[in-house]
Amino acid sequence: MLGLGKKDFSLLMLVLVLTMLAPFILNPFPEGSGMAQFNAGYPDLMQRFVIFGIFAIGFNILFGLTGYLSFGHAAFLGVGSYAAIWMMKLVSLNVIPAMIMGVIFAGLFALVVGFISLRRSGIYFSILTLAFAQMSYALAYSVLTPITGGETGLQLKSTDNPILSNLAEGEIGRASLFGLDMRASIELEMGNWLFTLNMGYYVAAFVMLIAFYIAIRIFRSPFGVMLRAVKSNQNRMNYTGLNPRPYTLAAFVISGMYAGLAGGLMVAMDTQVGPERMFWTASGEVVLMTILGGVGTLIGPVLGAGLIKYMENIISKINSDILHTWFAFLPDGLEDLVVTLIYPFIGKGWHLTLGIVFMLVVIFLPGGLVEGGQRIARLFGKRRKSEDGSSAGKTTPAE
Amino acid sequence: MSKSKFTRRGLLKTGALGGAGLAMPTIFTGAVWADAHSGFTNAPQGDTVTLGFNVPQTGPYADEGADELRAYELAVEHLNGGGDGGMIPTFSSQTLDGTGILGKRVEYVTGDTQTKSDAARASARSMIEKDGAVMITGGSSSGVAVAVQALCQEAGIIFMAGLTHSNDTTGKDRKANGFRHFFNSYMSGAALAPVLANAYGTDRKAYHLTADYNWGYTTEEAITASTEAMGWETVNAVKTPLTQTDFSSYIAPVLQSGADVLVLNHYGGNMVNSLTNAVQFGLRDAQANGKNFEIVVPLYSRLMARGAGANVKGIFGSTNWHWSLTDAGSQAFVRSFGTKYGFPPSQAAHTCYVQTLLYADAVNRAGSFNPCAVAEALEGFEFDGLGNGPTLYRAEDHQCFKDVLVVKGKENPENEFDLLEIVEITPVDQVTYAPDHPQFGGAEASLGTCNPGA
Repeated sequence: MLGLGKKDFSLLMLVLVLTMLAPFILNPFPEGSGMAQFNAGYPDLMQRFVIFGIFAIGFNILFGLTGYLSFGHAAFLGVGSYAAIWMMKLVSLNVIPAMIMGVIFAGLFALVVGFISLRRSGIYFSILTLAFAQMSYALAYSVLTPITGGETGLQLKSTDNPILSNLAEGEIGRASLFGLDMRASIELEMGNWLFTLNMGYYVAAFVMLIAFYIAIRIFRSPFGVMLRAVKSNQNRMNYTGLNPRPYTLAAFVISGMYAGLAGGLMVAMDTQVGPERMFWTASGEVVLMTILGGVGTLIGPVLGAGLIKYMENIISKINSDILHTWFAFLPDGLEDLVVTLIYPFIGKGWHLTLGIVFMLVVIFLPGGLVEGGQRIARLFGKRRKSEDGSSAGKTTPAE
Repeated sequence: MSKSKFTRRGLLKTGALGGAGLAMPTIFTGAVWADAHSGFTNAPQGDTVTLGFNVPQTGPYADEGADELRAYELAVEHLNGGGDGGMIPTFSSQTLDGTGILGKRVEYVTGDTQTKSDAARASARSMIEKDGAVMITGGSSSGVAVAVQALCQEAGIIFMAGLTHSNDTTGKDRKANGFRHFFNSYMSGAALAPVLANAYGTDRKAYHLTADYNWGYTTEEAITASTEAMGWETVNAVKTPLTQTDFSSYIAPVLQSGADVLVLNHYGGNMVNSLTNAVQFGLRDAQANGKNFEIVVPLYSRLMARGAGANVKGIFGSTNWHWSLTDAGSQAFVRSFGTKYGFPPSQAAHTCYVQTLLYADAVNRAGSFNPCAVAEALEGFEFDGLGNGPTLYRAEDHQCFKDVLVVKGKENPENEFDLLEIVEITPVDQVTYAPDHPQFGGAEASLGTCNPGA
């Protein structure tokens, strides 16, 4: 169906169900209980899950298929964001033109960067992309302050009056989709559970489904096969008379456009941009997401993005007070001991926890979370083939 | 807002309704992050109220963030009647009585801004959407403060800015829901200029090194304007990248430029490095134009002075507050902070503690947590006893006006915290400016209208 094989279609349906029911699935603990701390079903985090999911899917088209490790992908995310917010400031508060602009500008920028960087491969390619990204960051942070707002970034202001939106004098514009406010939510209260269904999240989730579908088609297309050929042996490709450059450049631009789409969506969900979005750590983060989830798999990068954003937003908010309430049932001395032992791993220590998880995954599950899922599936004796849907039926380890 | 109660029996029905709700997007209109029952976002239910403390726990300003968090925890303790009450007894408005805010016990959530506006907004949004925070406070960089302030304006939450010194926070980026107690670049310039004129004369030639981002620009502008007004000449102003750690190549040309004063518009690690480089190059012992060469650091903090060590001796700068002040409020605060943590608080801790108290008091006086009522109570509010002398929260731009301290690095520090000495307390009249001052966005800047979120 939809030009997909049976397995791919069921994967797409699985993602569809998961994204549509995310507000329920991610809020498993009742309000007010101690475990409510671990609920992730609030609009901001759900939006981030799908946005970084798109970013990682796009990155995986380049890294997973061609093996080219770009270390500057955040630059495209940033360019997409700046393009989108200017679109909202000047033309229309509708999120669709903003996203389209984000994709176009990120694509153009990727074309330039890719044209230059793809003359080299391996570590030299990574360093070139990193250099471009840091350059963009420095430009956005200071040199281009009139366009980018510098450190402070850009927001919608009461003085902005987009031509296609009729705002009252002094009213601050809000991102919308044909009049539907991105921030609108309905709250469902069931017993002790509170579920928030947010307009912006569903728009973002819908965009991610489209992005995911396109990624499946790319993975399964002859073009995708060529990209895999680049990864497995570029020399052999050269000898057979094929020039890999157009393929890699196309993959680079497509993945840059995915990043631009993610950037545009970020602006659509939360109307502000700052230059830190382009910092090299942001580029590194998407590499981590992809490796954590499973390089070269379809669903892996989405899972990796979800895990990292979850840690960043949930673990970093646990403080020592919360720990004390959890372990209050223990005798005093023991309580203090347990809290002291756990404390370095929560709050500001979330990077440490993430590092440990990353090391465990790389050492024991070289294929990422997807491989973990496969092992569990095998453990239960289900003879089903992998659910990740990669054509070979198995994952390719990270380079 | 459609907020529906369902019984467990009606679960099936709920599912069907939920589906229908999804299929019919018109149901989404009008509903925002709000609680319709009381007309504003996150109206506190039950007997507790939640505040959100959003500070940098990682990244370049993690030290300041840690001190801010200590101050917030102390403020919550005092508001709930614990400890010795800190500044509550010295505060001129006596509505706080240790029973929390409006009789509701204060609880708090914390988050990590990482000194990045994206991360700060994500953390603030989770406090608003998930934890039901009714006020967000914190931040230790102006970029973050401006970003979070804009978010709070959109969401209908009060934002009490922490450490943010750029003019923009209450200048061109001012918002009706945002309030700043800390001073700003303009005040630094206005307070420093007369002291510098006294100490170094009025015919000096200044050379600026400026951190290449918004705070650097506004500080350079403010210092240049105030020093030129009293006769100084600005020879050159050079931008340095924020990530720079070695400033030798920027310091080397200074002596040849004909300047006799170096102004370092740097903060945090930048300032520590550039000052150290300048001293290593012998600028302090140099002579230029027949005068002693001098160095000025517009914004000082104790944490920075500690980083720069002996290099700060005799160097002028300005600060919002210093723990060695002897008024009753400052002493009470230093005492309770010291008792709890074992060392004196920084100016970041002070401003954050004061902001929390001011918010709590404004809610008590307004009799409501509604952001618009709170904003009205804070606007034009005059108070005393919080360490800075008589202070006004100006209604036009939500900036506090109070005396500014001009400090200089102490020649013979007695301990590792005793690094700065107060040279002069510049009276508030001297640092007051018009709300439509060109350095603050001019006539175009406006607060907009207060947003309760509903």
